[in-house]
Amino acid sequence: MYVMRRKGITAMKIRTIKRHLVEAFKSMGRNGWMSFASISAVTVTLLLVSVFLAILLNINHIASQIEDDVQIRAYIERTEKSENYDAYQKQLENLEKVKSVKYQSKEEGLDELIESLGDEGEAFSSLKDENPLRDAFIIYTDKPQDTAAVAKEVDKLKFVNKVEYGQGTVEKLFKVTDAARNVGIVLVLGLVFTAMFLISNTIKLTIVTRRREIEIMKLVGATNGFIRWPFFIEGFALGVMGAILPIIVIAVGYQAIFDIVNQKLGTVFIELLPVTPLIPQLSLLMLLIGGVIGVWGSLTSVRKFLKI
Amino acid sequence: MIEMIDVWKTYPNGVMALNGIDVYIEKGEFVYVVGPSGAGKSTFIKCMYREEKPTQGSIIINGTNLAKVKERQIPKVRRKMGVIFQDFKLLPRLTVYENVAFALEVIEETPKVIRERVMEVLDLVKLKNKARMFPDELSGGEQQRVSIARSIVNRPPVVIADEPTGNLDPETAWEIMDIFKEINDRGTTVVMATHNKEIVNTITKRVIAIEGGRIVRDEAKGDYGYED
Repeated sequence: MYVMRRKGITAMKIRTIKRHLVEAFKSMGRNGWMSFASISAVTVTLLLVSVFLAILLNINHIASQIEDDVQIRAYIERTEKSENYDAYQKQLENLEKVKSVKYQSKEEGLDELIESLGDEGEAFSSLKDENPLRDAFIIYTDKPQDTAAVAKEVDKLKFVNKVEYGQGTVEKLFKVTDAARNVGIVLVLGLVFTAMFLISNTIKLTIVTRRREIEIMKLVGATNGFIRWPFFIEGFALGVMGAILPIIVIAVGYQAIFDIVNQKLGTVFIELLPVTPLIPQLSLLMLLIGGVIGVWGSLTSVRKFLKI
Repeated sequence: MIEMIDVWKTYPNGVMALNGIDVYIEKGEFVYVVGPSGAGKSTFIKCMYREEKPTQGSIIINGTNLAKVKERQIPKVRRKMGVIFQDFKLLPRLTVYENVAFALEVIEETPKVIRERVMEVLDLVKLKNKARMFPDELSGGEQQRVSIARSIVNRPPVVIADEPTGNLDPETAWEIMDIFKEINDRGTTVVMATHNKEIVNTITKRVIAIEGGRIVRDEAKGDYGYED
């Protein structure tokens, strides 16, 4: 059996490959308008998908920038002795979902506060002798979404006086970013399925006109694989051709938007994903999705015609 | 060569087309299959080239049991038989030559072999001079000769024909029969379903009559036996 299969593969001669290619492109030419319709369907889909993906990836990028800044501050009771701090830090580090713990003395805390307030901070300089702050541990969680849960655990510890993590705002931020991600994913999936449906219908039409040909091929002993190849190539080519325009549009468009954002909003903390590698990656993905949509569409429609 | 043992075929809609067929056809035989319309003739023929799978029983052709053969082995089985239909089943966009060559291309023969064999069979059916024409430029008889050429181009030991003369005028039908005789004389087994009384009674061969899905008559040098 194994030997036979090997022979089958090597027997796929160059001549046969050429024949399949010729057949595929002949069929596309013969069904010119339908091919055009399929390519357009893929083009529209991929255009929307690529725009959504670019937005989605950027939202994700910005959200994770913000999320990375999310930290928990656990202030230590004034009554606690500083020689126990090492043990406390260990205890915090051993909590579940905690990534890292950093100790910040009240002096460092005040310095940071003064610095972050700029000129106005100078007013607090006088407090240096009589620091109102407490020593604190700064805790980063594995996932930003774990912040609230971890903070609650930390608050239960005896040496902790108070926990701060931007209560309320953090939850809201996560709600927004999660919603954006979910909506984006649903939209992208919906669009991809629409395009698959359109391609499979187009190829179904081209197959109906070639039904007789398939029937005769089967009667003279062509294998299903042999019959399927031209359709496979045709679907793949239609899908890939449909990806070309979206790639051009997204490459040119994103570069333009990126430049504008960088010039006008460069100073703000918002930072878009750089053009490379984003655009090459997106382009590859578009080619891949286009090809897969095309192949899937054509193979599902050819399948039922093979049962003769 | 061809052997059917207790073959039954019931279609999903409940039609019982074959009800226990037993038949043995020797290598090199020429067999007519006759019977009224709807008696099971077509199903009998379709089971032979495995378009239909019998509900029960075995059909052994060239040593392969078609009732047991797996879906992906069907192409291998079909390469060992030629099939001819009433409606020719030619591809309209291909020339005579290409239509015949098609049968060899799909089994990935080399161009050299294809050229030789196609010209050889076109010579046999006397269409060598029309190799470059398209099917719609030919008469019905010529089209059927192309389809016969296609069916024998890969030298199958068996040729199965389903009413090959059904669409042709009597004179042309005789021409077609000459070709079948020629093929049979070269040692190929021929099984032909037909309604043509003249032919069956003139070119006398073995006759199998099917009625109600059973073989009701099987004679070595038979006649048509029906009045239509």
